[in-house]
Amino acid sequence: MDYNTSDLRRGLRIELDGEPYVIIDSDFMKPGKGQGIYRIKCKNLLRERVLDKTYRSGDKLKGADVQEQSLEYSYKAGSAYVFMDMESYEQHEVLPDALRGAEKYLLEGMKVNVVFWNGQVISVEPPRHVELVVEYCEPAAKGNTATNVQKPATLQTGLEVQVPAFITIGDVVKVDSRSGDYVERVSKG
Amino acid sequence: MLEVETPLLARGLVVDAHIDPVALDPATARGARYLQPSPEAPMKRLLAAGSGPIFQIARAFRAGESGRLHRAEFTMLEWYRPGMDDHALMDEVGELLRELLGIDTWRKRTYTDLFDELLGIDQHAADTAQLAAVARAQGIDQGDDARPTGRDTWLELLFATCVEPRLDPREATFVHDFPASQAALATVTASAPPVARRFELIYGGMELCNGYQELQDAALHRERFAAANARRRALGKEAVAPDERLLAAVEEGLPPCAGVAVGLDRVVMLALGATHIDHVVPLRD
Repeated sequence: MDYNTSDLRRGLRIELDGEPYVIIDSDFMKPGKGQGIYRIKCKNLLRERVLDKTYRSGDKLKGADVQEQSLEYSYKAGSAYVFMDMESYEQHEVLPDALRGAEKYLLEGMKVNVVFWNGQVISVEPPRHVELVVEYCEPAAKGNTATNVQKPATLQTGLEVQVPAFITIGDVVKVDSRSGDYVERVSKG
Repeated sequence: MLEVETPLLARGLVVDAHIDPVALDPATARGARYLQPSPEAPMKRLLAAGSGPIFQIARAFRAGESGRLHRAEFTMLEWYRPGMDDHALMDEVGELLRELLGIDTWRKRTYTDLFDELLGIDQHAADTAQLAAVARAQGIDQGDDARPTGRDTWLELLFATCVEPRLDPREATFVHDFPASQAALATVTASAPPVARRFELIYGGMELCNGYQELQDAALHRERFAAANARRRALGKEAVAPDERLLAAVEEGLPPCAGVAVGLDRVVMLALGATHIDHVVPLRD
């Protein structure tokens, strides 16, 4: 699908140099009697890259065939992660490359948002907050009640986060999947 | 100065390559009708009829214009001063903004000087390839470099992206003497190289007005309308109907005058410190 410059707005997915981008900011400007100019900032959906582009009124842009679907994480098969469409029971195998760290938040049976580009999975977004069991951390330091003292903890998925000193092995903690930060303790182990 | 009110519905237009009118019932026997993109044509008809100095605050409509500083429907303050020249009118705009926005002073810079000072190019001499190279060197990443473009397209792009944003927003700057090829309905000087006696005021990071030493020659009106329609077609747009009644009025005689249109919503934005035009209009477009 092709777009006109007047379609340009935040959230639109376009294809540039053969890669998918999402527009994160756009502005229209028009010099007095001149041609309208559209300036956009767009983010690459495959890797960390932000581009600034300038278009003139009437330019055509190629849309990116990007679809989103809610799938359930089933299990790990070798190095691939298997996700299932709970309506059609269709399975999608995703390699860690496309997960870009999201695998550290996946629990079996978890509903995740999966982004496809031309039918290929390009990213997986776990829920904003994920609750995980602490598999290992140093014991709570006695007498140290200061809340700003942090220590590393390894969670059940292998994710490493900084947690407060009072956390012990077996605790369930809530983690922010976008920032990778500890949010709060959900229950004591 | 007399306040006037003219119809918003127009049967013909001041033809502009880059202003797309909102067209209504285009299939009627009498031809197209438009919501006016500016009150310029009817006000000039009044001037030709001997109105003397006139002003009006009017709604104007432009298809497809939407952004931080643009709305498809917006408010214009437009006025004409018979017997006044473009420089005196710039000062009058400055005086008005002294009242409305408290500006102390304003400066006047020619388009040519600003291109020289800010981009180091002679806008009269530079060809299309040089202008394109400057744009690329300035980091203006054009979406589609392969599309054929004219010199003016590059000049306009550079003006909007590299000249305007680099002017001190705290300083009111009248940019005047535009390229003759961007004269619209301003007179063009007989000097070599010729320039258009057209001006814009840039203040607070935005364009606040567009003014002319008004063109009086009827044949030149027709020529410029035809050229603007040719450019529209080259851009893949529909030609628009020229305002024949305006042309007839200019034929009868437009008095020597200067005229200017001020984007009133933007003045309100500056007065209130608003960052988006939607913030100064009660309901969304």
